[in-house]
Amino acid sequence: MTGLMVNICLLALLVIIVVMVMRTHRLFAVVVLSGAYSLICAVVFVNLDAVDVAFTEAAVGAGISTVLFLAALAVLPANEKQPPGAHTLTSNLAALVIVVIVGGLLIHAAFDLPALGDPNAPAQVHVAPRYLVESDEVLNIPNVVTTVLASYRGFDTLGETIVVFTAGLGVFVLLCGATRTARHTATKDERQGSGRDEG
Amino acid sequence: MKDNVILRVAAKILFAPIIVFGLYVQFHGDYGPGGGFQAGVIIAAAFILHALVFGLDAGRRLFPLWLNIWLLAAGVLIYGGVGVASMGLNGLFLDYNVLAATQATGQHIGILLVEFGVGLTVTTVMLLLFHAFAGFEPRDFEGGDSVLDKGRSRDDE
Repeated sequence: MTGLMVNICLLALLVIIVVMVMRTHRLFAVVVLSGAYSLICAVVFVNLDAVDVAFTEAAVGAGISTVLFLAALAVLPANEKQPPGAHTLTSNLAALVIVVIVGGLLIHAAFDLPALGDPNAPAQVHVAPRYLVESDEVLNIPNVVTTVLASYRGFDTLGETIVVFTAGLGVFVLLCGATRTARHTATKDERQGSGRDEG
Repeated sequence: MKDNVILRVAAKILFAPIIVFGLYVQFHGDYGPGGGFQAGVIIAAAFILHALVFGLDAGRRLFPLWLNIWLLAAGVLIYGGVGVASMGLNGLFLDYNVLAATQATGQHIGILLVEFGVGLTVTTVMLLLFHAFAGFEPRDFEGGDSVLDKGRSRDDE
């Protein structure tokens, strides 16, 4: 009963934050609110006993993402730009119809999901029992999440690491411009005596 | 923010404990919540805090760009290297059982090394992203001048 009350309060907070994000046009407020959203999501995950996911959400979603967004905000205007014709009656009506249809479909689909913690759910009867028993008793690794992530699903995690690596490298090449053309332009700029001074 | 004495002292006091906590999360992932991804972000947060308070140049002196790029690749190479090493010991790719005499020890060693590779890559990617965004100079974009002025006035504060 207490768990239900906590869940309702947390979900209500999430809805309030989403509405606030939609209402405000100041990007700084949006960034801070999305950080708060991630933090409440982390609490929801703790409530579901998914501590590892909560940890990641708090560190990545609420921590680093907020800092990266703030760093990106430094080169962006402070307010969100409204595209022309963004809030006409037709566009609002079309959006409302799409949201209602998709939301209805999702709620309909949610009724077919197994109950939370159902031992007969398809996800619990395939390989999960073997992981739970083997990780603790044979391998002496109590945190099954780590065993699944790094050992049983080692290929997936290798792929994830390579994705993170590639994404970081891509952003670096795009933003820091370590390309042949950019270097050529930079040397030309210096020759013309317009080298920028460092603040 | 360099002139604010409270921020400066707090950042200096917090820097080492954040890294120790990151290492705890990194190497305690077998027994409690945590692992390479979370630890990488936490350790990166310590360096980002330092760069935010003492300036981007000081951050880059502490953790130079060349080291950042090298460690970025090293993380992925450590992960892949564990897989290749287990192949060299007549196992399958990423089969940790052959890394030690018993299955349990082999899995422990394999998971520890693999998580270390993940943590290294995540730390360096986060730092690279932060410095790429925060040190971004929009010289190649149209209308970049007004944006640049805004960035400068922010640095002067």
